[in-house]
Amino acid sequence: MKYILMMTGTKVGVDSYRAWSKKDIETHFAFLKDLNKDLSEAGELVANEPLAAPELAKVVRAAKDGTPTTDGVFPEAKEFLLGYWIVDVDGPERAYQIAARLSGGPGPGGTRLSMPIEVRQIMSRKTDEMA
Amino acid sequence: MKYILMMNTMKAGAGVPAWPKKDLQAHIAFMMALNSDLREGGEFVFAEGLSFPDQAKLVRAGKDGTPITDGVFPEAKEFLAGFWIVEVKSPERAYQIAARISAAPGPGGGPLNMPIEVRPVPAGPPPEML
Amino acid sequence: MATRPPEIPFEPLLRELTPQVLGAVTRRFHDFAAAEDAVQEALLAATMQWPREGVPDNPRGWLIQVAARRMSDYLRSEESRRRRESVVAAEISGEAPVPDGEGEGTDDDTLTLFFMCCHPSLTSASAIALTLRAVGGLTTPEIAKAFLVPEATMAQRISRAKQSIKTSGVRFRLPTSQEQAARLRAVLHVLYLIFNEGYSSSTGPHLQRLELSREAIRLARCVHTLLPDDAEIGGLLALMLLTDARRAARTGPDEQLIPLTKQDRTLWDQAEIAEGVALLTAALSKGSIGPYQLQAAIAAVHDEAARPEDTDWPQILALYELLIRMSDNPMVALNHAIAAAMVHGPSKGLQLLGALDSDARIAGHHRLSAVRAHLLEMLGEREAAITHYRLAASRATSLPERNYLLTQAARLGEGTSKGENG
Repeated sequence: MKYILMMTGTKVGVDSYRAWSKKDIETHFAFLKDLNKDLSEAGELVANEPLAAPELAKVVRAAKDGTPTTDGVFPEAKEFLLGYWIVDVDGPERAYQIAARLSGGPGPGGTRLSMPIEVRQIMSRKTDEMA
Repeated sequence: MKYILMMNTMKAGAGVPAWPKKDLQAHIAFMMALNSDLREGGEFVFAEGLSFPDQAKLVRAGKDGTPITDGVFPEAKEFLAGFWIVEVKSPERAYQIAARISAAPGPGGGPLNMPIEVRPVPAGPPPEML
Repeated sequence: MATRPPEIPFEPLLRELTPQVLGAVTRRFHDFAAAEDAVQEALLAATMQWPREGVPDNPRGWLIQVAARRMSDYLRSEESRRRRESVVAAEISGEAPVPDGEGEGTDDDTLTLFFMCCHPSLTSASAIALTLRAVGGLTTPEIAKAFLVPEATMAQRISRAKQSIKTSGVRFRLPTSQEQAARLRAVLHVLYLIFNEGYSSSTGPHLQRLELSREAIRLARCVHTLLPDDAEIGGLLALMLLTDARRAARTGPDEQLIPLTKQDRTLWDQAEIAEGVALLTAALSKGSIGPYQLQAAIAAVHDEAARPEDTDWPQILALYELLIRMSDNPMVALNHAIAAAMVHGPSKGLQLLGALDSDARIAGHHRLSAVRAHLLEMLGEREAAITHYRLAASRATSLPERNYLLTQAARLGEGTSKGENG
């Protein structure tokens, strides 16, 4: 079963992360790298994309003639996606376990984070079993 | 260059639209045609639909690392319904595809005009995060 | 590793020989994980060389020789020598000629491989991947594509599975008679999962060479041939055939789901149904009824009805009543409720569903809401049915199902007649 694990943040949160010491950022970096390596080796990792730089995000709608209209501002408080992991595992408990590990990475000054990670099942293209 | 296109949906009650049947079929057909065109054009990299947040869980690391699970915030007005990753020649092309998704037909047959968030997907690890 | 070129005519032969070759090489070198890699390489070599040189007179012997040479090369490496001194000494110093494969690769070896690859200590995903490669002879990219994961992920999964087997000390031998029942159950379960994965995947625009449900049937036939006296493998094979028979009728042109009661039965494969029924009859005659035989019997009752209204629901209900005594699976209870509704009326079915509301394994599941919606519709409770169809749709985890459920809600919302196809 495939699950998506989504790490979200706010502009305030990302700004404060960018103000961490270089060492703390590198430690966090290494932590994520390790996690990905373990998931890869276990044959559980399907996809992972970091999506930093919300400043580069655009919100697009179709104008009346179908052409794109773009808007770019992210309000301070809005939650946006920082990155996602897609894992293929036997059941939700394993997905939550992985999410917990992702959540509890190293924070600034040797603290431990407890980031909220949203876990949702990916829609399959399957039909009902044995119908 | 790779872009992610994210489709958010407004949550309404059970989170499921109450559409007339033919409008529903039109919407489904529209999405299938879109994906087919993206594949044929060599722009399709990845796409997934997400299950609705009814059974979504918010997970945090507990003190000993075990997962603490919680339902997602009921007040959240919109949620990520699905996303596409496309490989395109320019940001304008990414916006064009996003506009097409945005114009997917809704109840009554007119375009939904959904807001589609478009962000570049970095080629290598960005400086801030892996 | 390169992928195989498409449509090689001797591919079925290669797949059939895979477990025999792997069994022989594992038995000789006592290292399943390395043997499996060596056999993969031998298979690849065959696909590259045989089109030019022709299929050898003794293809199995050829594959064993090539795999054995790879194994010897591997064992000669520094690291391995330290670990496997005794084996290497025997093989190298004795300069023993590599046998031509006559008399090697027995049926027992194939069966042993099934048991190893489906070992209960492996996760389902691992067992499935390993079985498809080591016993099924499929390539990693083929398996990855079938499960919609990247090739690297699948390769790791298989690697990890082999490591697991190594570290848990599973030996290359048949289970003891005490272990046999549980180990066989594990094998049947893995085959069932493979079939289900293949069967429930909509065809869509991604046509692929590998059809998992056909592969599951092939593997189940293999086990059935190896264990002809086991009733449950016969039952499982029958179930697969009786279910697969309906495949052409299950989905509409736009990947829409068509439920059993609305399918065009002229599209059902009568030959598969006949074979399934024959296998089922043979299995039942062995006198040890099990859940797969019961599920097959239920499928047979459906398949034997020329029209939905000819379905012998009382018999299906009786079979479910036997099955719920054997199986704790809430899905079975759900299906039982449907059957009860068809025999005793929708109120009876809804009453049975009520009990499932307190079963945590199924309480929030979309199928529970979907069945409830269907029964409410049967009862004429249109508004309640619409509510539950929409609830089911919000909980669905597959797109065709979600679309189907939304369509039912939309249909009812328009007040069209009950009998119209959704």
